[in-house]
Amino acid sequence: MLRIEKLNFSYDGLQVLWDVDLQVNEGEIVTVLGSNGAGKSTTLSNISRLVKPDSGKITFLDRDLAGMESHDVVEMGIIQVPEGRRIFPELTVLENLRMGSYIRNARKWREENIERVFDLFPRLRERQKQLGGTMSGGEQQMLAIARGLMACPRLLLLDEPSLGLAPLLVKNIFDIITEINRQGVTILLVEQNVYQSLRIAHRGYVLETGRIVLTGKGEDLLNDDHVKKAFLGM
Amino acid sequence: MDSASMQPVLLFLQSLISGILVGGVYALIGIGLTIIFGVMRIINFAHGDIMMIGMYLTFNLFNLFGIDPFASVLICIPLMFLFGGLLQKLFVNRVLNALPQNQILLTIGLGLIMSNTVMLIYTSDYKILTTSYSSGSFKFMGISISEPLAISFIITAVITGLLYWFLMKTDMGQAIRATAQDRQAAQLMGIDVRRMSIISFGLGAALAGTAGALISPTYYIFPQIGSTFTLKAFVITVLGGMGSVIGATLGGILIGIAESLGAVYISSGWKEVLVYMIFLLVLLFKPSGLLGKSRV
Repeated sequence: MLRIEKLNFSYDGLQVLWDVDLQVNEGEIVTVLGSNGAGKSTTLSNISRLVKPDSGKITFLDRDLAGMESHDVVEMGIIQVPEGRRIFPELTVLENLRMGSYIRNARKWREENIERVFDLFPRLRERQKQLGGTMSGGEQQMLAIARGLMACPRLLLLDEPSLGLAPLLVKNIFDIITEINRQGVTILLVEQNVYQSLRIAHRGYVLETGRIVLTGKGEDLLNDDHVKKAFLGM
Repeated sequence: MDSASMQPVLLFLQSLISGILVGGVYALIGIGLTIIFGVMRIINFAHGDIMMIGMYLTFNLFNLFGIDPFASVLICIPLMFLFGGLLQKLFVNRVLNALPQNQILLTIGLGLIMSNTVMLIYTSDYKILTTSYSSGSFKFMGISISEPLAISFIITAVITGLLYWFLMKTDMGQAIRATAQDRQAAQLMGIDVRRMSIISFGLGAALAGTAGALISPTYYIFPQIGSTFTLKAFVITVLGGMGSVIGATLGGILIGIAESLGAVYISSGWKEVLVYMIFLLVLLFKPSGLLGKSRV
């Protein structure tokens, strides 16, 4: 579904990504693991065309993303839920959700999708009139994911959804990601929470200083010595 | 009736009301500037000059076709919207990621080109647009109200109301606000932020141009009038809180009142002193503006 080939990207002359190859098949949860600064978010920014790669090729459903703008990518069904939630602070919860379905394809499903995400996150229904900026971190994360779902995503890019959340909420968020996947949305999950993300992922990639160093099935990576040593402290 | 012979209370109310009426137009100019700033983080130093273009447009519509200056608002809005959108598309979009000083130079340069082009065509003579009601006034509870100011205030109120509805209730209005709050997140929603920038600059120009149309029956029309209004718009925007539409509305009316009271109680030559005193006080005690949020 998504195929990244030999992606190179540098920021201010400093190379951040080196020949990254990555593939996501329809229906999968694929996770990209790595520590801070490994290039995980940069990879997602390249997919979303917030930045343009130096070289390499990204295709989605066999269409080359080169030359596309961010909104074109969104209209193809690649929706990113960015790191740090990036809720519109001065829009209400409901307005934030409405912005999630700004693109034309999603607009006609807006009312149905609002009901759907309210069922998935009942807390948002209670808070729909509240300003996004006044919500707690956990609520904002739910809103960010819900806002992403409003766009009818085919591929959902999740950037560190568990960052800064209480442990109980973390588990909750990962359960919800599994549920979203079960409803037919392919997921590319970038995480530092290695254990939880490998637990739910079909496949994983390990990114170190801009290079893919390891790839494999979720459970295989969980038992991998390198992963254990580098991320799980074992 | 001259000011001295009026009762103190009546005099105060009189100047308060004419301040509010003038302030409405100031608000329009300030809102335009604040929308442009909110969406693009660019201060449009050509704002007053765009207003000046609106004045000359109205002047010409009146002289060539006999179109009433207030009716010409209906022509001014779309034309100035296109003008602003074009400026954004051709020039301002190119400097969105540039250094602030380059953005400032660009908008100042655009303003200079506008005022000098107009000067080339119309010379720098003062022009006056005289309508049958230009100096007309009516009495309301003993207070005399200028007709053109009253009409322009009503038009201003309607436009501001429509604009507010557009920004709050429509998809595009919400997308403009979303872009102003978090440009990158807006991109991730599939919002074409370049298009939003064009629309915002168009809106800003339409509002400034409309303000120009509205004041043309009461002000001298000349090519350099823009600079004082750019400064005023800037004061209003900072006063209200950069990027806040309601703040700019309040700021505009506050400046109008301050000028009017200053002219009556100090002297018309010193009316601006009161304006800048208020401006400095707000900057001292609430640097983010009356309704502004402090930005990091």
